[in-house]
Amino acid sequence: MALFTVSGSPHVHGEENVQKIMLTVIYAMVPAMAVSVWFFGLDALRVMLISVASCMFFEWVIQKYLLKGSVTITDGSAAVAGILLAFNVPANLPAWMLIAGALVTIGVAKMSFGGLGKNPFNPALVGRVFMLISFPVQMTSWPVAKPLFAPAITDAITGPTALGLLKEGIDAGKTVEQVLADPQMPQYLDRLIGNMGGSLGEISALALILGGIYMVIRKVIDWQLPVSIIMTVFVIAGIFHLIDPSHYVNPDFHLFSGGLMLGAIFMATDMVSSPMNMSGKVIYGIGIGLLTIIIRLWGAYPEGISFAILIMNAFTPLINNAFKPKRFGLVVRK
Amino acid sequence: MNDILLFTILTLGILGTVLAVILYFVAQKFKVIEDPRIDLVEEVLPKANCGGCGYPGCRNFAEVSVNAANEKQSLEGLNCPVGGNDVMKQVAAILGLEVADQEPMIAVVRCNGSHVNSPARVKYDGPASCAFAHQLFAGEGGCQFGCLGLGDCVVSCDFDAIHMNPETGLPVVNDLCVACGACVKACPRGIIELRHKGKKDRRIFVSCVNKEKGGPARKNCQVACIGCSKCQQVCPYDAIVMANNLAYIDFAKCKLCRKCVEVCPTDAIHEINFPLRKPKAEPAPADPERVDSLHVAGNKENDIQSDSKA
Amino acid sequence: MSNLKTFIIGGVHPPEQKLSATAAIRPLPLSKQLIIPLGQNLGAPPRVIVKKGDEVKTGQLIAQADSFISANLHSPASGKIAKIDEAVDASGFRRPAIFIDVTGDEWVDDVDTSPEIVRGFSFSKSEIVSRIKAAGLVGLGGATFPTHVKMMVPDGKKATHLIINGVECEPYLTSDHRLMLERGEEMLVGIQLMMQALEVDKAIIGIENNKPDAISHLQLHCKSFQGISVQPLKVKYPQGGEKQLIKAAVNREVPSGKLPIEVGCVVSNVGTALAVYEAVQKRKPLIERVVTVTGKSLSNPSNFLVRIGTPVNELIAAAGGLPGDTGKIINGGPMMGKAVSSPDIPVVKGSSGILLIPEKESRRKKPITCIRCSKCTVACPMGLEPYLLAKLSKLGMFDRTEGGHIMDCIECGSCQYTCPSGLPLLDFLRLGKQKTAHLIRTRKS
Repeated sequence: MALFTVSGSPHVHGEENVQKIMLTVIYAMVPAMAVSVWFFGLDALRVMLISVASCMFFEWVIQKYLLKGSVTITDGSAAVAGILLAFNVPANLPAWMLIAGALVTIGVAKMSFGGLGKNPFNPALVGRVFMLISFPVQMTSWPVAKPLFAPAITDAITGPTALGLLKEGIDAGKTVEQVLADPQMPQYLDRLIGNMGGSLGEISALALILGGIYMVIRKVIDWQLPVSIIMTVFVIAGIFHLIDPSHYVNPDFHLFSGGLMLGAIFMATDMVSSPMNMSGKVIYGIGIGLLTIIIRLWGAYPEGISFAILIMNAFTPLINNAFKPKRFGLVVRK
Repeated sequence: MNDILLFTILTLGILGTVLAVILYFVAQKFKVIEDPRIDLVEEVLPKANCGGCGYPGCRNFAEVSVNAANEKQSLEGLNCPVGGNDVMKQVAAILGLEVADQEPMIAVVRCNGSHVNSPARVKYDGPASCAFAHQLFAGEGGCQFGCLGLGDCVVSCDFDAIHMNPETGLPVVNDLCVACGACVKACPRGIIELRHKGKKDRRIFVSCVNKEKGGPARKNCQVACIGCSKCQQVCPYDAIVMANNLAYIDFAKCKLCRKCVEVCPTDAIHEINFPLRKPKAEPAPADPERVDSLHVAGNKENDIQSDSKA
Repeated sequence: MSNLKTFIIGGVHPPEQKLSATAAIRPLPLSKQLIIPLGQNLGAPPRVIVKKGDEVKTGQLIAQADSFISANLHSPASGKIAKIDEAVDASGFRRPAIFIDVTGDEWVDDVDTSPEIVRGFSFSKSEIVSRIKAAGLVGLGGATFPTHVKMMVPDGKKATHLIINGVECEPYLTSDHRLMLERGEEMLVGIQLMMQALEVDKAIIGIENNKPDAISHLQLHCKSFQGISVQPLKVKYPQGGEKQLIKAAVNREVPSGKLPIEVGCVVSNVGTALAVYEAVQKRKPLIERVVTVTGKSLSNPSNFLVRIGTPVNELIAAAGGLPGDTGKIINGGPMMGKAVSSPDIPVVKGSSGILLIPEKESRRKKPITCIRCSKCTVACPMGLEPYLLAKLSKLGMFDRTEGGHIMDCIECGSCQYTCPSGLPLLDFLRLGKQKTAHLIRTRKS
């Protein structure tokens, strides 16, 4: 007869596991992937495939030959990092740059800290910022949206993003109205569904929100974190818009342009690098929102969410220490 | 241009001077006067910071030693097990004292409940932590005193001196052991004991800590001490004490005569590094590996405790 | 059912699996030999007052409680004391026990064994407590805290509510559910007795709404009992935890490190309420209890009325025999029960169920690294940070676990249940709790 097992309670276990969580995140990214393929064509698909493949490859190589440990690429975390990295680059990025970015993402930002669960910074963002600083020209010349089945326009047309236009215009002394009237500036609806230039994943706010709602329902992320980021950006931008509407654009422009939605929904909510407790998550979100809008309004870069998230990542351990969950039966000393 | 240069040099210069003055006064104010011999003593200590001496680190031990030298003029009760007699002599020389030689010690695992001797009745499924498993259940083999085989002692060892033997599921101590006592503290069941290393590394000990009566003890493990006290009767030196159905050999009194080993009906008493006996009826082999090394003429290289397999 | 209440912080929803919910309670025939371990209650074990060879009757006192927190033991059957020796307990440790060779079922004279329900009573507070004490009652929910101690409100405190725990939030277990359905009226008399002893005028029976039949049955009957009401609760584990139940039923939070009486509540299990009725109205000592025997591959999941000391394998045999694929036998429910080393152990006062888990479900998942998903902190009903406390106690940093309030942990297992990485969080929390308690004790002395 087989031996009985002895172990500590509990003797039943929930259905959740890491692979399922990663799959949920991938499913949640499907709408945004579809939109990017729709607007950037097969280039988008190429970028995503290269990114995912090289991230998984580097993870495999490092785990197998460098660390000589067990290989865990099947948990899906490398694939998620790969897709997120692809979401953060323009569709016409040369393959070798992407592969270099993937190496930084996996090799530097993830595996050097001990792999899944140990990285203090969001790996995809580290990869992205590395590429942004190393290849500034390629990383900031976005192809103009060119729907997949639309009649072929001449290739290799690039243009700035909405935020880039705004920044340039304001810096050149134009008023907001003048900038918004620029023919290159995408219209409101285009910004919502993603018919504009930009990185792969960031163009369609609608698709990203859809994925976010799916993740909230599947309890992979907490809604409080993205909402606190978005609300902070909205409120601060709104205050400045009320003070000086000719210099500061209306707040909804900030919400639906640039990487805010991508950052708030998929990047900041990264389990590993975000705080553990609810109050901490809200503080973290407010911090990201503040830094984002500060960089956008007064910084050198048109977009600041990547930097904002990375900076707040560094504060995560402090936030974890300072903001504890609400304890049951907490005795309030008077 | 010159203005800027001048301004910079002046500011930094003044800043530097002011800070240097502050630093000087702070250093004066918080100066700690320390016996220079503490540093000297610390220098000769092994700096393993293992805590084997009973103090948190080598520095602390050095302080205590110097204090003891100042107050009592003796180093009695202070011993660095890692450094051994050599280091203690050096320490004593620095402090102008004498020390008596201490018998070198080694950690001894007093359980032989291998997979063969104490077959598993249940499977344990959980973290590899003896401390937790000890809380949870009696043990896979059913003996509530025996080794759990999850290696808390291995984790606790700073000297790479104790390893699990995967075949028996028991820890094995090797020559690197410095008797710091970390594993003794780590074992939740008190199986590991520090004993005299013995002449030529020869040791005799009861490899069991089971306090149950003979019947239940033997039911779980065929090499358990059943408390028959035969060894006590045969011992010419009064070195064996019986308590709670368990024999214990006092290593200070034991003269390594090996009489107890022969009479033990369950092979619970182990002899290590002794030359092979004259061929005689072999007692029922307990566990092939251990028996081999027990009866093989032992020199330091191929003794069981320095078994390099683990 | 409107007005469902529940506790706020944390909680999980394991599959209910109440396989034996419709199986009526059946008495199990007497076993040939009963093994009565001495340490069946929280606190000091009682002192043996019989010796080998003595003839005992059913209900006769065989071990006397000498200290305050202890409980009497009575012979569960008539027969002869075979020996006073050691028996293997649920975890494989050997503990002192009394072995009784059963010859029959002849009761001691002063016990009323008739099935009639005795409703009226005119006992004083101290009479009720002394009868409870004489009967050796302990909390039958599993903690086995002596009931007579609970019935004595400490000086300076005042109880306002008696809360009766009919939650049974553990998956699989149905013994309390069946008791409420089949012995509801007697139970209500028992509750009234406890209210008298505690001098409270309100008693609330908390029942999760996955037992609608029990709720309506008790609601119907409690109309004729003053001050007793039924509170339906939302299904959420661990609602049966004392502190969680108080929060759910009367919305009061027991302060950290304090007992429920601090907020004027006394919590008791439904089984205990019935035992109080029997002890006071019928003078029947606690010698039997209802045990659920269940499991997915068991052919006949049942609820048995079992004498204390009956070997567990007899219960399994009566429920259709041990299935071949059994990988784990659990004494209690799947969330907090103990995996036992062998089915030879006896039923004790605290056994609420025997659960047989098939081989393929009995193995734990291979733990991988923590991905810091914070699901454990969300699930913890005490608002702790299990991931952090488990890590700290794994590293032996027990000074910091104390600051993390590890002693508040109720060991409900919600954190480990919900962990996607399959980490043994509760195992290390338990270890940390033990070591931290030791640390606190040594500091005090």
